[in-house]
Amino acid sequence: MKEEIQYLSKQGKRLDGRKVDELRPISIQTNVLHNAEGSAYIEWGQNKALVGVYGPREALPQHIQDPTKALVNFVYRMATFSVPDKKMPKPGRREIEISKVLGEALERAIFLEKFPNTTIDIYAYIFDSNAGTRITALTAAAVAVADAGIPMRDLVSGVAVGRAGGQLMLDLTKEEEDAPDAVDIPVAILPNSEEIVLLQMDGLMKKEEMKKALEMGLQGCKQVYDLQKQSLKERYALEDQEEAPAEEERMEAQEADFE
Amino acid sequence: MRTDVLWELTSEKVREELKKGQRQSKRELDEGREAKLEVGKMENAHGSCRVWLGKTQVIAGVMLQLGTPYPDTPDEGSISVGVELMPMASPTFEEGPPREDATELARVVDRCIREGKAVDFKKLKIADSNSAWVAFIDVYVGDYDGNLFDACAIASLGALLNTRMPKLEKKEDGLKVVKGEFHGKLPVDRLPILTTFAKIGDKILLDPDQAEEKAMEARLSVATTEDGYISALQKGGRGHFSEKEVNGMLETAFEKAKAWRKSVKS
Repeated sequence: MKEEIQYLSKQGKRLDGRKVDELRPISIQTNVLHNAEGSAYIEWGQNKALVGVYGPREALPQHIQDPTKALVNFVYRMATFSVPDKKMPKPGRREIEISKVLGEALERAIFLEKFPNTTIDIYAYIFDSNAGTRITALTAAAVAVADAGIPMRDLVSGVAVGRAGGQLMLDLTKEEEDAPDAVDIPVAILPNSEEIVLLQMDGLMKKEEMKKALEMGLQGCKQVYDLQKQSLKERYALEDQEEAPAEEERMEAQEADFE
Repeated sequence: MRTDVLWELTSEKVREELKKGQRQSKRELDEGREAKLEVGKMENAHGSCRVWLGKTQVIAGVMLQLGTPYPDTPDEGSISVGVELMPMASPTFEEGPPREDATELARVVDRCIREGKAVDFKKLKIADSNSAWVAFIDVYVGDYDGNLFDACAIASLGALLNTRMPKLEKKEDGLKVVKGEFHGKLPVDRLPILTTFAKIGDKILLDPDQAEEKAMEARLSVATTEDGYISALQKGGRGHFSEKEVNGMLETAFEKAKAWRKSVKS
């Protein structure tokens, strides 16, 4: 007989030891690619994704151009070896749907009207996965778009909130998603205004519980926001250090001119 | 963003420097870039390897699947190589299924490994069964700064070297893979290394970067094994080589493959 899985212990620990409102370890590196104008590499728990951004660049063929704003082309793909059962290289309907909703999530964050007739191309590939890959991709993509210097209202920060074993929790793993009563709610916001730009739900849940889940999700998004900001700060801090010696040389040269 | 005009200017500069016998990158003509490898990080993959060759960056993964041997080789498994040029790798890489560039890359890497007998296909046959393992190697190119051939080959080999064998269970209706359990590593007997040369004017360069590839007239990729065999040749580009040039590259290939072989082994 199958043992009952305890999704939350009496001590408040989940299967992997986390608390209900605790995220898995997340690390984000920016500027990891040379050709792409903006890029990021993220590890979120077991999830690993690489994102490259180009744009704004001319949207082609011409007939797709929008004379009032930039288009956002989000391409979400999973490598064949990113899942336990090898996947076919060709993108499936799931990847196409996710590409659409992630692109739409980012649109609100970017000043699209500043760049008519262009496209912003975002390529996010997943190389390892364990639930929450679309959130992983979106989180890294927002950072990569900022890394590209594309003007944004705010970053986009996301998290998957859900339920397993009757308990609401943040950032479910695959094991938790396999719970018989599991519900998965990916949500993403523009953190400062709390505008919800991504919201999906997979499961069965009553309205009151959903409201609690949403509240928990928004809190989770804010945790992610701090990490995204940190990764961008690190990138620019390094730039400042590199420029400092050059700045000094220039100042010395100027002083020499005045003597 | 680079346009054709800018690339023409860059190519001019590359050719000028070469007339003086120098490479823009300050490397020797027969000097390859350092290959940096990160192996085994992808947990779902049976084997994986991320490679940086200068700024060129690729990620390879291996998945072993049960298959039925071909009728003419009933006691052998096989490999299958795929390469995807991710659009993030270059402003000129388009979305969509692999076209001729990616296809050529995949097939040359396949021949390098297959003919070089990196893996003994007989060892992939599963005893007392009609099944054999097929190692699916998929390489994703993330950043393009020249020489995708050698980068993809190194990554493929690196991934094979840390590939774990899925555990098998005998059931009434045949063999079944036990999910998430592994038993031993893929046996890799040999390390065929691909080395690619570019011809610009009358100069032959090892491991061209992006600027050099834009200026080159022809390229030759040579796969060599540690025990003195050539396991693949592929000439590309619209230009040509003389017999003397080809023989020269064959000599150099053996010598220069050693450094990359060392990186793969470690």
